[in-house]
Amino acid sequence: MRAESASLLADTLTAPEPRLPRSATGWDLLIRHARHANLLARLHHRIAELGALSSVPEAPRRHLIAAHHLAHRQHQAVRHETDELRRALQPEGIDVILLKGAAYVVAGLPAAAGRVFSDIDILVPKPQLPQAESALMRHGWMSAKLTDYDQRYYRRWMHELPPMQHMFRGSALDVHHTILPPTARYHPDPTSLVSDSIAVPNWPGVRVLSPCDMILHSATHLFHEGEADNALRDLSDLDLLLRHFSREAGDGFWQQLVARAAHQHLGYPLWLALRYTGKVFGTPMPSQLMPSLPAVAPGGARLAMLDAIYSRILRPQHPTCADAFSALACKALYIRGHWLRMPPHLLALHLARKAITPEEKPSTDQADENERAA
Amino acid sequence: MNLSHLSNADLAHRLKRSGVRLRTGPFVFSIRSPLPEIRAGLQLLHAQTPLADDDEFVDYHIAINAGRHVRRWLRPQACFEVDGVEPFKPLPRAQALAMLEWGMNWCITAYGHHQLVIHAAAVAHGDRAAILPAPPGSGKSTLCAALVNRGWRLLSDELTLVSLETGEIQALARPVNLKNASIQIMRDFAPQAVFGPTIQDTSKGAVALMQAPASSVAQAGTPARPTWIVLPKYAPGTEAALTPMAQGEAFLSLADNAMNYHILGEQGFHAIGRLIDDCPSYRFTYSHLDDAIATFDALADAR
Repeated sequence: MRAESASLLADTLTAPEPRLPRSATGWDLLIRHARHANLLARLHHRIAELGALSSVPEAPRRHLIAAHHLAHRQHQAVRHETDELRRALQPEGIDVILLKGAAYVVAGLPAAAGRVFSDIDILVPKPQLPQAESALMRHGWMSAKLTDYDQRYYRRWMHELPPMQHMFRGSALDVHHTILPPTARYHPDPTSLVSDSIAVPNWPGVRVLSPCDMILHSATHLFHEGEADNALRDLSDLDLLLRHFSREAGDGFWQQLVARAAHQHLGYPLWLALRYTGKVFGTPMPSQLMPSLPAVAPGGARLAMLDAIYSRILRPQHPTCADAFSALACKALYIRGHWLRMPPHLLALHLARKAITPEEKPSTDQADENERAA
Repeated sequence: MNLSHLSNADLAHRLKRSGVRLRTGPFVFSIRSPLPEIRAGLQLLHAQTPLADDDEFVDYHIAINAGRHVRRWLRPQACFEVDGVEPFKPLPRAQALAMLEWGMNWCITAYGHHQLVIHAAAVAHGDRAAILPAPPGSGKSTLCAALVNRGWRLLSDELTLVSLETGEIQALARPVNLKNASIQIMRDFAPQAVFGPTIQDTSKGAVALMQAPASSVAQAGTPARPTWIVLPKYAPGTEAALTPMAQGEAFLSLADNAMNYHILGEQGFHAIGRLIDDCPSYRFTYSHLDDAIATFDALADAR
């Protein structure tokens, strides 16, 4: 029962014909799984796309519609926020390069379907970062309250600025200068991410990553992540991106993707993305594709370990999907996420620091600043 | 079958295992809790609430648990969970029963965006509903409690649910949340009503829950048609006075109190517009509950 129930949501999302639960208890489970995976609005979209919404019983349909309303509102907000970002950065001659969910929505990609957000991510070339940061601050985006240690940690070791929040609208913004921390194992080339980015039609000053980079970024993000909460949602994004771009770009797409991954040193996250989108969502891909990537394919024991972790992470994180090893898989994922992001000596220092001082108070001048802001 | 048909043992067993499934208007809540005061509170305040069958769809799977670890002995707490997620911080254990009702309201306001949710009481006369939007402290719960003890039907004391398709109001018919002075006022006004224990020192002061009238619970499945909008205000020493209100002002008072207006966007705008078109709106000041009820009865008789 467990194994079957763990794939209930993924199977419903990918079935080419409507394959809906036949019982009220089946719907009960499906709605709960989709809510926990942040995929309820995407489930609504998929069922509506297949024209099957009217065959959903009223009670679960209400939950689908509610989630759809919320996602719809978020998409409006993301477009508005993008416009505000453009207003802040365009006078500086800096383009707004949207990443992840915001990019899918503004570029109108199928991966926008039912996508929900907690923040907006943008990419700014590192040399323009100070200028971008001060322009954003002038337009009301403030850095979140952070301890001195966290400030230093972000500035020195991370691929993004400390998270920002707009002082009036409350919207959260992550400003990246590349897609992986400088301390990570892999070093994708941020300059080519920017130079290969593409303009969004009807949005002057707004760009998104090229299709291949968009997929590689999504894969890199997912398989460096230390938390399981949005893993299935992110894998579903990848499934939709792969389906869309392989259909749009035609035969050359897969070779291009593999070549780009090699150039960006991201063959391994791509391999993982292909393995698990295939396993979980049955993403169509040429049969010779995976065997053509032997240089990055992990071997027996390592692969068994990855499968053991990711088969449990890439499920709705709901008690009815969990087994005896789910908690262990989450711990392993947390360690793996950190392991990939920094070399061992840094990791040890960072974790020790976090263990000794779990809750540092903000420094006094920051506290003053916060008080003034309040 | 309603909750009062369950034996003590059966209810306790369900609360610990599969959950007791309450049907309140359009929603089914499955409630689990090992706490004896939750069991006693349900028996007292939800005695008439119908139970859903085990093979039905459940809208919200909720639980009230004791705090974890050492805290549970040092400073007893109650934690609210919805399907394994704790959306807010634990409260002192003494507030467990109030937390259950607040938690149920939270589920509806956090997830129920298929409908317009207005922070307002709603009562009905026949199939015609009066919406009573007002900020906390304006006496809306007190007035609502008084009306439903004098023949009006309780739709909801806190959350008015407006269907986006039909414009009708769905009833919840759950216990009425009374605060501070209004607890004793209502005990005196309606001695036959059933009250839960008074819980002191909550974030809203002292609170007590009053059982929803059995007839309101029995009719909870039947929606009502919005007919009047009344903004109540308790003003000591005044005569009951009902003053017509301009449409624009009424619109804003509903929009201000609509909890998911910003999420529903255009649909929310149209839903409120429809309410304003369909219902005359009034400001209402009162100090005596009997006068207030006479005013409402006159309103109902006039149409």
